[in-house]
Amino acid sequence: MSYHSWGRYPQVEQKVEHLRWLSEIPSFEANSSYLTQGMARSYGDSCLNANGQILSSRSLSRIISFDISSGIIEVESGITLAEILDFSVTKGWFIPVPPGTKFVSVGGAIANDIHGKNHHTQGTFGRHVLSFRLLRSDSQQLICTKDSNSKLFSATIAGLGLTGVILSAKIQLKKIASAFIDSETIQYKGLDEFFELSGDSDKKYEYTAAWIDCVSSGDKFARGIFYRGNHAAKETQTKAGSKSFAIPVPIDFPAFALNKWSMQAFNTFWFHKQRIPKVSKICHYDPFFFPLDGVLNWNRIYGVRGFFQFQCLIPPETAREAIREIIEKTINSGKASFLAVIKQFGALKSPGMLSFPREGTTLTMDFANQGAKTQAMIRELYKMVLASGGSIYPAKDALMTEQMYKKSYPNWEEFLEFKDPKFSSSFWRRVMGENS
Amino acid sequence: MKKIAVFGATSAIAAETCKAFAADGAEFFLVARNELKLQSVKQDLLVRGAKNAFTYQIDITKTEGHQALIAAAEDDLSGLDGVIIAYGTLGDQEESQKSFEYAKQELNTNFLSVVSLLTEVANRFESKTRGTIVVISSVAGDRGRQSNYVYGAAKGGLSIFLEGLRNRLYHKGVHVLTVKPGFVDTPMTEEFKKGPLWASPESVGKAIYKAVQKKRNVLYVPCFWWGIMFVIRSIPEAVFKRLRL
Repeated sequence: MSYHSWGRYPQVEQKVEHLRWLSEIPSFEANSSYLTQGMARSYGDSCLNANGQILSSRSLSRIISFDISSGIIEVESGITLAEILDFSVTKGWFIPVPPGTKFVSVGGAIANDIHGKNHHTQGTFGRHVLSFRLLRSDSQQLICTKDSNSKLFSATIAGLGLTGVILSAKIQLKKIASAFIDSETIQYKGLDEFFELSGDSDKKYEYTAAWIDCVSSGDKFARGIFYRGNHAAKETQTKAGSKSFAIPVPIDFPAFALNKWSMQAFNTFWFHKQRIPKVSKICHYDPFFFPLDGVLNWNRIYGVRGFFQFQCLIPPETAREAIREIIEKTINSGKASFLAVIKQFGALKSPGMLSFPREGTTLTMDFANQGAKTQAMIRELYKMVLASGGSIYPAKDALMTEQMYKKSYPNWEEFLEFKDPKFSSSFWRRVMGENS
Repeated sequence: MKKIAVFGATSAIAAETCKAFAADGAEFFLVARNELKLQSVKQDLLVRGAKNAFTYQIDITKTEGHQALIAAAEDDLSGLDGVIIAYGTLGDQEESQKSFEYAKQELNTNFLSVVSLLTEVANRFESKTRGTIVVISSVAGDRGRQSNYVYGAAKGGLSIFLEGLRNRLYHKGVHVLTVKPGFVDTPMTEEFKKGPLWASPESVGKAIYKAVQKKRNVLYVPCFWWGIMFVIRSIPEAVFKRLRL
């Protein structure tokens, strides 16, 4: 059967076997290639294994233990962050790192060492993983922590599922007083204002990120909306709408639906959605952290050909210059990004050997797949990222070359020692140059 | 439902339904064939708020054990006010056509053994004049089709049995809920190609929980299957027999 990830590019043939019970371990055959897949919310091919075997962890969604006083939860690896939140928020505990969608599995969160709006205060998801149980293709099961099997622990966090199957994990949750966020949304004009606002906000707010207009030029260049917030204290809890109804996208949009003009209109609308430069409100955590989850299958607006995500990290020394050039290049190319997000990562070190986040600025854009032209444009952007000492997020990538990967992830050689010999992915074969 | 016996407790739909009741602090008597799987389900329900959970390992299609089974459930839970029957097999239709023995086994698993359990449970609930009975039937029981009419006959028979039981027990304050799932992404349907008509066991479990609270009679889940089956049932037999369904 043909499968794809959230970006709907590429489409690959692979076999799928479901992991349903921790007591029923799959048998690993010789000469087969395996990869665990959770919710397949990566955008490119890091969760795909063309012509190989997928082990789907989706049914491993049970909670093994929870200690309400310490906030330590042990779960099977296929459980989603949404399912954990449904369980834990009413008990006063929150996921330590909320990414842009709650529909990701814990196994996927570890394997990609995901980040969120609180990177500057909490670092990556991997920093809150206390331990996990790893199944290797020789059928050994290893408990990995910072102290025991510590190298394998570090290789598995951000290890893209290549070190074996993460069966279960213990996560430290974060104490909260309510399900609400004290939030502010502030209009800014240009990158200088963004960096200034971000520098100030990161000291006082646990959560910060900004939407940025990567379509408009002139005096509207790089305008945007800065979002910042803290968990609300109990006494400020309001009746403000909690869970909103999720709208499905029932059809694939036709190719012409997203074009330069509709993007321009959307970006202008989004900037002026708030009439005043700064809005303060208390809102439920769902719309604050997961606005896109309110539209199920939003990837369908890009039509059947899918889209490419672009997420780079530029180190502090070159960030301002490089981000400006990347956005200019994007605008000049006429390939508009529907939604773009910019955030400053903090200095907290990720435990993963191959983690993407490190100190600097991250910019995320997405581009409808219009064939070779789109790919060429993204490759141009990649070159600019590499030249500025930056890197690309594997979870969002379908185009990185071997040369670029090996240069921007220098730990790849050390990682090979811990990679499971029977595990591989379409992404991995591409960046190791095994396809050619 | 606070003291619930679950037959086929390791099935995806049963486990998801139980999650919702666990959050209300229910107690469970979990029945299935595999003890290790039962332990996983039990642990999950306890973490999610179940007050208590017991496990019982048995091949549920063997009806001679049923009386002792129900007695054990009542004993462990000190009473019983709800049952969920969720086990079943989606057998091979071609095998059923070739071999009556095979078909008989299918009918026994999906219909007769359920009738045996229901007979025990119904009489107890009737005398106590309370209780809730939830049984997973199937949309396949709404009309016979060449591709799975043996399974369909078992589920159709089951649905009619439940109608009668509901009619009888309504007057005694006992609620009977027939659940008719459409396509659900579970181990039973692993081999099928999935599409937009498919539902997750989570959403089915949540829908069953709500239907119990609302004392619904028949639950098509997802709800649009009511419409699909309405159309399918409306096709005149003279036309229907010509279709390849």
